[in-house]
Amino acid sequence: MAELNLLEAINQAIDEAMAADERVYIIGEDVGYRGGVFRVTDGLINKYGEKRVIDSPLAESIIVGSSIGAALYGMRPIAEMQFADFIFPAFNQILSEAARMRYRSNNEWNVPMVIRAPYGGGIHGALYHSQSIEAFFTHIPGLKVVAPSTPYDAKALLLASIADPDPVLFLEHKKCYRLIKGYVPDAPYTVRIGEADVVREGDDISVIAYGLMRHYAVEAAETLASEGISVEVVDLRTLTPLDKTTVLNSVKKTGKALIVYEDNEFCGYGAEIAALIAQEAFEYLDGPVQRLGGLDIPAMPYSAPLENEFMPTPQKIADRLRDLAAF
Amino acid sequence: MKQERDQTHLLEMYRLMRLARSLDERMWQLNRQGKAPFVISCQGHEAAQVGAALALRAGHDWVVPYYRDLGVVLTMGMTPREVMLALMAKAEDPNSGGRQMPAHYSHRKLNIVSHSSPTGTQVPHAVGIGLAAQMRGDDIVVWTAYGEGTSSQGDVHEAMNLAGVMKLPVIFFCENNGYAISVPQRKQMGVENVADRAAGYGFPGVVVDGTNVLEVHEATMAAVERARRGDGPTLIEAKCVRLTAHSSDDNDRTYRTAEDLKAMKAQDPVVKFETYLTSEGILDDATKTKILNEIKEAVNDATKYAEAAPLPDPATVKRYVFAE
Ligand SMILES: Cc1ncc(C[n+]2csc(CCOP(=O)(O)OP(=O)(O)O)c2C)c(N)n1
Ligand SMILES: [Mg+2]
Repeated sequence: MAELNLLEAINQAIDEAMAADERVYIIGEDVGYRGGVFRVTDGLINKYGEKRVIDSPLAESIIVGSSIGAALYGMRPIAEMQFADFIFPAFNQILSEAARMRYRSNNEWNVPMVIRAPYGGGIHGALYHSQSIEAFFTHIPGLKVVAPSTPYDAKALLLASIADPDPVLFLEHKKCYRLIKGYVPDAPYTVRIGEADVVREGDDISVIAYGLMRHYAVEAAETLASEGISVEVVDLRTLTPLDKTTVLNSVKKTGKALIVYEDNEFCGYGAEIAALIAQEAFEYLDGPVQRLGGLDIPAMPYSAPLENEFMPTPQKIADRLRDLAAF
Repeated sequence: MKQERDQTHLLEMYRLMRLARSLDERMWQLNRQGKAPFVISCQGHEAAQVGAALALRAGHDWVVPYYRDLGVVLTMGMTPREVMLALMAKAEDPNSGGRQMPAHYSHRKLNIVSHSSPTGTQVPHAVGIGLAAQMRGDDIVVWTAYGEGTSSQGDVHEAMNLAGVMKLPVIFFCENNGYAISVPQRKQMGVENVADRAAGYGFPGVVVDGTNVLEVHEATMAAVERARRGDGPTLIEAKCVRLTAHSSDDNDRTYRTAEDLKAMKAQDPVVKFETYLTSEGILDDATKTKILNEIKEAVNDATKYAEAAPLPDPATVKRYVFAE
């Protein structure tokens, strides 16, 4: 058992995967001697060489597109997007190619590839270094989207993503990179893609969250506990395929649900969760299904008070929970 | 002996070009009869396609084609039956089981990679295959094709750039027929030759007459050798003619004059090669009749086979989104 932060846990997972399997390689901008701008791939080029840790030209579509080709040839590429905000030049390759390859070839071809993307705000990254991108990608059949929030989950889920025979978008919350620490076993362990986790049990309200918002939700839940309101927190961990059972079981128990996510609220990922609850747990509900997302403005501004206004915070979550508890 | 071998090789070229043409013509007939909703043609590209593909080692090298490449996939080993199964969207179609439009080729056993409809997205895949082969030390060559209109796509440029940086064993094969649907080359690019752009990526660009199968073959052989030596990519631009409308949904008379079409027909690569082989005494009447009869039989057989083959079961529509 070692205490690692999220970034170190991800580094460890890549390292282990590369040591175990020659087919695994990394490609991305500055992933080599710099070790990535966040240092996630730190030290790997010294261990595995330039052939398996590839500093690519500055062009996202070829980072993903070439990874698709290599995966078709039998490799297990890990493609890094320097920031999730810059994944959009590769959107077509992900949507039209990686995610459809198996379906369109009637199961003849598949794309075992992981795209890692640091996302999320609260780090003074402004409009183009703060975005949450999951809504665009969870809409795509054929693509798995994983968004762990703890070092324990991140390590196991990244290993599971690399081993997965289909393309996985692996979202790493930038604010969690160094902020969130936790114990990671030395011995092998697994967390399966598609399984949510009840990280805090409660009776009155369910909060469904992921990424940084899972930690904020736990903070809010602790505040509310001192006020006599018992909040359950579900960390989705995987966004697609969604663990409907865990979400529905929690809401059926508490009768109330708040979905918290950092992305723009309108048409955001939380809308799908709200629809799921409304459709499949209606008769268990004691209050309206609630969402708390980022503001519906183009993206997060730079200046601290503006950024803070955009983000759901533990206080904003606590306020919404109080309202919902009183309903 | 050598001459005999050469003659066999030349007649094989001819057979493949003729086969591609005949299958293609049959597809249009089936389209007119309402039996095939969509056709997109190789007509006018046969020399470029067969000349290039015969420079590759079938089953060993990898091919990442585009929708016009009927001549390529036939040369790599796809059968007329398999082509017709795709045309009629039958369950047994090895390209996609009837999921994609016709001419979206794929054949895993033949190393023909599945491609889609957005133009140019296949080119990065070819580069990734080359990268993987280089990493593994395999001596394969990856051949990929696209039209001159598609050469405007960013993916094509990003792909050439990475291939140039890493000296990957990739052949970029641009089949320039002068049109992207209706848009002529002069509205597509500020250069005279697509091949001129290779210089910007640090590897050779070669222009060949895409209606001359021997010229294309020679240029591709050189590119293959270069790639296998580890010297990196080549961009070959084959100047072709498009003898049909863009597709069965297009009417090219709205943007091409009868004179234009006549001039193009004069460049028909199949007729040109046939004339050449006849004048060289390589193709006599008896041989020609034999080849054409065999092709006719193969096309008839493929048509009948595909017509009788079952359609996909609607119950399969949700299968293979992910591994099962
Ligand atoms: C990204 C994208 N934009 C538009 C189209 C529609 N489209 C299909 S083929 C084509 C023209 C392609 O021309 P070219 O690359 O020269 O190939 P050719 O058909 O002439 O062989 C267009 C515009 C498409 N399939 N994909
Ligand atoms: Mg064209």
